[in-house]
Amino acid sequence: MATLTLNNVKKSFGKTDVIHGVSIDVDDGEFIVIVGPSGCGKSTLLRMVAGLETITDGEVQIGGRRVNEEEPMARDIAMVFQNYALYPHMSVFDNMAYGLKIAKVEKSEIADRVAQAAKLLQLEPYLQRKPRELSGGQRQRVAMGRAIVRKPAVFLFDEPLSNLDAKLRVQMRLEIRALQRELGVTSLYVTHDQVEAMTMADRMIVMNGGVADQIGKPLEVYANPATEFVAGFIGSPPTNFIPGTLLGRSSDIKIGIRPEHVTISENGSLKARVTYCEALGAETLVHLISADRSKITVRQDAVLPLPVEGAEVGLNWAQANEMNFDQAGNRLAV
Amino acid sequence: MGHMEKRVTFKGIWLPLLLVLPQILITAIFFFYPAGQAIWQSLFIPDPFGLSMQWVGLGNFEYLLSDRYYRASFVTTAVFSILVTVVSMGVALYLAILADRLIKGSGTYRTLLIWPYAVAPAVAGVLWLFMFNTRVGVVTWYLGLLGYDWNHVLNEGEAMGLVVVASAWGRISYNFLFFLAGLQAIPRSVIEAAAIDGAHFWTRFRTIVFPLLSPTTFFLLVVNIIYAFFETFGVIHTITSGGPQQATTILVYKVYSDGFVGQDLGSSAAQSVILLVIVSLLTVIQFKYIERRVHY
Repeated sequence: MATLTLNNVKKSFGKTDVIHGVSIDVDDGEFIVIVGPSGCGKSTLLRMVAGLETITDGEVQIGGRRVNEEEPMARDIAMVFQNYALYPHMSVFDNMAYGLKIAKVEKSEIADRVAQAAKLLQLEPYLQRKPRELSGGQRQRVAMGRAIVRKPAVFLFDEPLSNLDAKLRVQMRLEIRALQRELGVTSLYVTHDQVEAMTMADRMIVMNGGVADQIGKPLEVYANPATEFVAGFIGSPPTNFIPGTLLGRSSDIKIGIRPEHVTISENGSLKARVTYCEALGAETLVHLISADRSKITVRQDAVLPLPVEGAEVGLNWAQANEMNFDQAGNRLAV
Repeated sequence: MGHMEKRVTFKGIWLPLLLVLPQILITAIFFFYPAGQAIWQSLFIPDPFGLSMQWVGLGNFEYLLSDRYYRASFVTTAVFSILVTVVSMGVALYLAILADRLIKGSGTYRTLLIWPYAVAPAVAGVLWLFMFNTRVGVVTWYLGLLGYDWNHVLNEGEAMGLVVVASAWGRISYNFLFFLAGLQAIPRSVIEAAAIDGAHFWTRFRTIVFPLLSPTTFFLLVVNIIYAFFETFGVIHTITSGGPQQATTILVYKVYSDGFVGQDLGSSAAQSVILLVIVSLLTVIQFKYIERRVHY
């Protein structure tokens, strides 16, 4: 268990800069989610912490110790890969014991630690099986077990749930978080799924094109996005963006408004046409299109009447919920 | 996957028969007919002019198995095959590991390594013979400068060494391709996971890479042994002709020299039959193991 510090970490491949300087101080035991679309550099950042990619500039510290020049094995980290990266020719037991055997831990100690991890992860009946004889969720647990038994200072997760089906993903997300809380190991978790970021993170780093657009607690980020990208990426359905001119304001700004903050009413100031309604049971998503062909989504309670598709309606919202962005996508103070 | 397979069904018997006919003809003419001839001839001793044959039953086999030179040829073949296989596979694996780590220029490297495979064994033999020729060979000359007197015409060990190197050389390309494909089929993340688990290069190779390569290795092992048994004829014929004093006379070369040089067609045929049995055994072993797929 340790703190983790990234200090203006940069990465370039040749002349191409892929990470433009990311800094964060991670507290001991904190669960940090790095979230962003594919190609934003989130996996590269994680692999730099792991020691699988060199660090072009800046510094990575684990437990206050600079690790830039250290091999992965010397950094006291464990990593869970997207495709699990289990050793296909070894049993579940041997997969988990591999790192300990190399570290020359005593046999009885290895057996104890693997047994403990297996119990924690409900893998006890499968210890003698090969990875190919396990389901996706079980393989995921073995990968977790391999990380746990080594008792590392930091856990690194590289999109560990993206190969699982939706239902299992929800279940494993809870399990991973519960496990991490129980073990109290500092964790860095990479995902492209903003729901995972919202539900799992103590704090999250929202990455966009190699830049950390925003670092903060999930609800803070949601309520107060720093950029247009963050407002659009975090939250589902995403924030609506309406050009300032449409609302009779400056043409230099865009107004962002969350779908749940918009209400449909006869006397609404912005007129739009209903294109489609998605009734999800507890709530309904109403998709509309405005006169300038901006798409707008409204999220409303299912008890409210469904608007007629094709009808022209008015939209309303409280000015306090508006977020103003400049043309470069930066948030403007109101 | 089995039941998902799409099968083409024919109504009559004639069209499918016509379609497989070329393959059947080739197999019949070039395998079953000569093999049958060999088995038949192995039961006779023909006279030197080929005018008559005398039935001897298993006499040829009896004679062969009690023949000192024939038994020595077994040992020679075993030594030769093991050396060719170990050298060609060892070097190929080493080169494949290097190529696997390459990022730039791996295409060129691969192409250059594949070239020797295009050289026919007999041509390769002549090539090596020129380099090691006892009078004009360039390698012999440099060895002479170093004070070593190379003479594979007289020295049995040197003769064996030369035919092994010449045979293995052309084979390295083939093995390299398979090893490289095998290495590249191992997911990068598995290697990375092992690195994070604390395994250094050699440990990773021993505990992860080599076991995952085992299907490739086993396949190559069998294919290379069969190659060393048969296809090295050209190399041996051009370089040593089996000498000196039969030191490089492997079984397949003895079939030729006893039959066509010694004119003992009965014995030669019997030797072919024995070889046939050995290869069948090797193939059976191969299929048994490949079906089981050493790992996975």
